[in-house]
Amino acid sequence: MPSSPKRARRANLVIGAVLVGLLLLIAVVNLVYTPYGPLDVNIHARYAPPSLHHWFGTDEFGRDILSRIMSGAGVSTTVSVCSVLFALLAGTSIGAVCGYAGGWFDRLAAMLIDALMAFPGLLLALGIMTVVGPSKWGVVIALGLAYTPSVSRIARGAALSLRQRDYVVASQTMGNSGAWTLLRHVLPHCVAPLLVFSTSLFGSALLAESALSFLGLGVPAPEPTWGGMLADGRTAIDQAIWVVLFPGAAISLALFGINLFGDGVRDLLDPRMKGGM
Amino acid sequence: MLSYIIKRISMAVPTVFIVTLLVFGMIRAIPGDPASLMLGDLNDPALLQQMRHSFGLDQSIPAQFVIWVSHLLSGDFGMSIVRHQPVLELIRETFPVTAEIVLAATFLACLIAIPAGLFAAWMQNRRGDLAVVMGSIMLVSIPSFWAGILLIWLFGVKLHLLPTFGYQPFSQAGWGSFKYLVLPVIAVALGEIAVVTRMMRASSIEVLRLEYIAHARAKGLSERRVLLRHTLPNAFGPTLTVIGLVLGHLLAGGAVIETVFTLPGMGRLLVESIYSRDYPVVQGCLLVIALLYVLTNLVVDLLYPIFDPRLKL
Repeated sequence: MPSSPKRARRANLVIGAVLVGLLLLIAVVNLVYTPYGPLDVNIHARYAPPSLHHWFGTDEFGRDILSRIMSGAGVSTTVSVCSVLFALLAGTSIGAVCGYAGGWFDRLAAMLIDALMAFPGLLLALGIMTVVGPSKWGVVIALGLAYTPSVSRIARGAALSLRQRDYVVASQTMGNSGAWTLLRHVLPHCVAPLLVFSTSLFGSALLAESALSFLGLGVPAPEPTWGGMLADGRTAIDQAIWVVLFPGAAISLALFGINLFGDGVRDLLDPRMKGGM
Repeated sequence: MLSYIIKRISMAVPTVFIVTLLVFGMIRAIPGDPASLMLGDLNDPALLQQMRHSFGLDQSIPAQFVIWVSHLLSGDFGMSIVRHQPVLELIRETFPVTAEIVLAATFLACLIAIPAGLFAAWMQNRRGDLAVVMGSIMLVSIPSFWAGILLIWLFGVKLHLLPTFGYQPFSQAGWGSFKYLVLPVIAVALGEIAVVTRMMRASSIEVLRLEYIAHARAKGLSERRVLLRHTLPNAFGPTLTVIGLVLGHLLAGGAVIETVFTLPGMGRLLVESIYSRDYPVVQGCLLVIALLYVLTNLVVDLLYPIFDPRLKL
């Protein structure tokens, strides 16, 4: 029954796209509307359970959890998108130039990229956060730098495989500059693998941002973050499980959407992976 | 085989050098003079000068690097500013906790993921496969720290079955020490099950497409034998690489789960040292975790030819 898995994969892509779309929509909507101010304290409504007034309940300061989750979606999405863009821009430039240039410069860069990849992403981000200190843009820099080596490796591989192609050699023979050939004939062919990779990177960045905020090393309070909400709420789970239930569910749902969407995009853009996962 | 081992080990040498250089560079990149940072509010120029000299901070950056590496090689990772203990001693105290969790979680993940991946590949594009695929996407979407908090709530707060925080070493509590590790191990393993399952499924699908599998089936071998004797060993090679990567990531990600369960592991030591600006400890932890990651990948690469004899270079 070949059509059934195909249908299932298409359904996964649609569900993923809807969830990612919802995440982006909330990230935008929270700029103009949240049911309550995400920082509004109401000491009379501390740990109020979910109700019609507060759909997801309130936290230890009586702040509305739904409003804070909506605001956190904005922070998480901004940080994740910006760090992925940072990594794409830096990684593609480094990788494509190295792969295209070749020679000792490429070999040195490859060695450096391999060494940087010897750092697990979160560890590298933790190290960089030690240097730049906890802040929203600090997280963007830390995650962006942490993911740059893996993007460079993909861009380098793609550029390396293309540099001997006839149309690239023809462009060089016609007297076009190296920069023009790279931009016009090499980079466009790196887009598909990088697009596939960037969706999975988006999920990794969102998870890493939440983890850093959970550890208190990410976006600092009082700005609401999903990870920060989990860290604040975990000491009160015996009396108010909703303070951790909903922020955690938000992270999981966002990651679930991104993962489904990423798998679907890979199936679409990389036919070799069809039938894989 | 020997040339492959020598080649692979020699490839790791520049990586180790660059990793060491990066860790050194990261800490040196922190704004301010390390000696002043260590002294804090203590305004004593003579002491500052003495500290700068003892750390080699009055010398050039390359000279400082050489001094630091020579100290490392003699087992001197420096002293903790906050805990007033040698960094290596702190790492030695906390590492076993992290190692126990990481190894137990990886073992548990493999125990579930390898059969699950093999089964999914065998059932490719049928209901069983789709269920495993969907299940692994769901599992990989659950952050370990959220899973940990929910497990604490369920098994600790509601059911009172297991301790919710703390740790007792095996030497003190015997088998009782394992009850402190059950929840952290499950929380960590959930995501890893998904990663290993995906890889095992993908590599098994590749193997099941090969001609010798069709030949084995044509010979009339049972499906069980085809899967266990002919598919599993050949599909395990690529999965082993992923297991190596997972192990390394768990070492780094240990900080999160150790914070959730207040376990005295190396990850928590790293995070607490970042909070308290205890830079010698941060430097030591970063270096040890990164080097362990390199070592794990090296060991995995050296084991690889056992599972894939084609790689005998």
